[in-house]
Amino acid sequence: MKRYEYDVLVIGAGPGGSMAARYAARHGLKVLLIEKRPEIGVPVRCAEGISRAWMDEVEIEAQEHWIDAYMDGAKIYSPDEKSVLTLSAEQAGNEVGFVLNREYFDKYLASLAVKEGAEIWLKSPAVQIIKEDGYVRGAIVRRFGEEVDVRAKIIIAADGFESQVARWAGMNTVVREKDIVTCIQYRMTNIDIDEKFTHFYIGSCAPGGYLWIFPKGEKEANVGIGVALNKIKEPGEVKKYLDKFIEEHPWLSKGGVIQIVTGAVSTCPVPKHLVSDGLMLVGDAARLIDPITGGGIANACRSGKYAGEVAAKCIDNPSKECLKEYEDMVHKKWDRKHLRNWYVKEKLAALDDETLNKLLDAIADVEMSDISVMAILEAVQKKYPELIEEFEDLL
Amino acid sequence: MMRVDPAKCNYCGACVGSCPVNCMFLNETRVEIDEDKCIKCGFCIRVCPVGAIEADWWSK
Repeated sequence: MKRYEYDVLVIGAGPGGSMAARYAARHGLKVLLIEKRPEIGVPVRCAEGISRAWMDEVEIEAQEHWIDAYMDGAKIYSPDEKSVLTLSAEQAGNEVGFVLNREYFDKYLASLAVKEGAEIWLKSPAVQIIKEDGYVRGAIVRRFGEEVDVRAKIIIAADGFESQVARWAGMNTVVREKDIVTCIQYRMTNIDIDEKFTHFYIGSCAPGGYLWIFPKGEKEANVGIGVALNKIKEPGEVKKYLDKFIEEHPWLSKGGVIQIVTGAVSTCPVPKHLVSDGLMLVGDAARLIDPITGGGIANACRSGKYAGEVAAKCIDNPSKECLKEYEDMVHKKWDRKHLRNWYVKEKLAALDDETLNKLLDAIADVEMSDISVMAILEAVQKKYPELIEEFEDLL
Repeated sequence: MMRVDPAKCNYCGACVGSCPVNCMFLNETRVEIDEDKCIKCGFCIRVCPVGAIEADWWSK
């Protein structure tokens, strides 16, 4: 078996992997980035909506070729679709701003890694990790069909929702049934939508998740849905939910589907352990998904950067004690936010349509400039005091 | 016996990441299942967005 040696092996060339490779290479390390697919960014497994606030931190400059549409804000619809909460981009939090073209975006990020000196192999899945004396020391990689032995001082697992590298290494990244959301999305064309807003539909149309419409340009949008796995009884049920919604809305059903995207996301709090001897987890593989929005691109990019930088510091001592600096950075950044959002998600998932209708009816009246948790709760209390009991724990 | 219908499968990996015992693998072009490790929980069958996974032991 051919043998290769690197300082850092990054497994998975999504946003998290490319950023990890970029920052590790920038610090002078010899970096290999591997990807099992024949093309970076394909197939897309993403709704592509994102803000721009996080981009400075990871030194990404917006490029026209990977932005499909700019958004003015988000609209959230009650289950009866009688109430609409409109949020401007700043208020809507992390996940609006523009709608990406992931096929180009992911390739662009990979090119940033190459620019810093990282090497990339495509059609090269890691099929097993190499562990010695308790340390992860590399992986068996099937490169264009040939198994080769790749050794590295530090391995960065950026293998997405599958998160297999971590589990092969004995780390626990198993997600509970109620914290798994199964998703399907159609890219639809020739539909009639408000193209300046992302649209979110909640309630029984998407149990334990939501349905989204993210515009991709003129008369075109990603129309998708995520449903919590514990609400799914039959195989393929999530697709039935999406098809039903489209059928019930003539301004969608008049259009055609030009792409089908599928996937799953985790909606759990941040796991306690994100490093072991010789190994760091980033992005979806580290379960760094916002439990409410299901958004993960920004977190993947930021965690990738942190991991790449810590790799440079620990290259001569890749013990979990040294790599813990990365784990601490991640916990400091996301622990509180994701725990709170996970809790709100659990609460929201338990509300029936009638309650959600009342809730949206109450908060749709809140002045746009004044959207905060307290303002929302006060508005609800005025109109539907009994609803507040559901959220008392949050105060 | 389990089977992934290649005519339905979209190679997204939803099943792989949901498997609590990590007995599935998405290789370059398809999903592999190590049935010796499988605990028949049915997560993969239900999480698959397009209903591509079948098993003779599966019942609602």
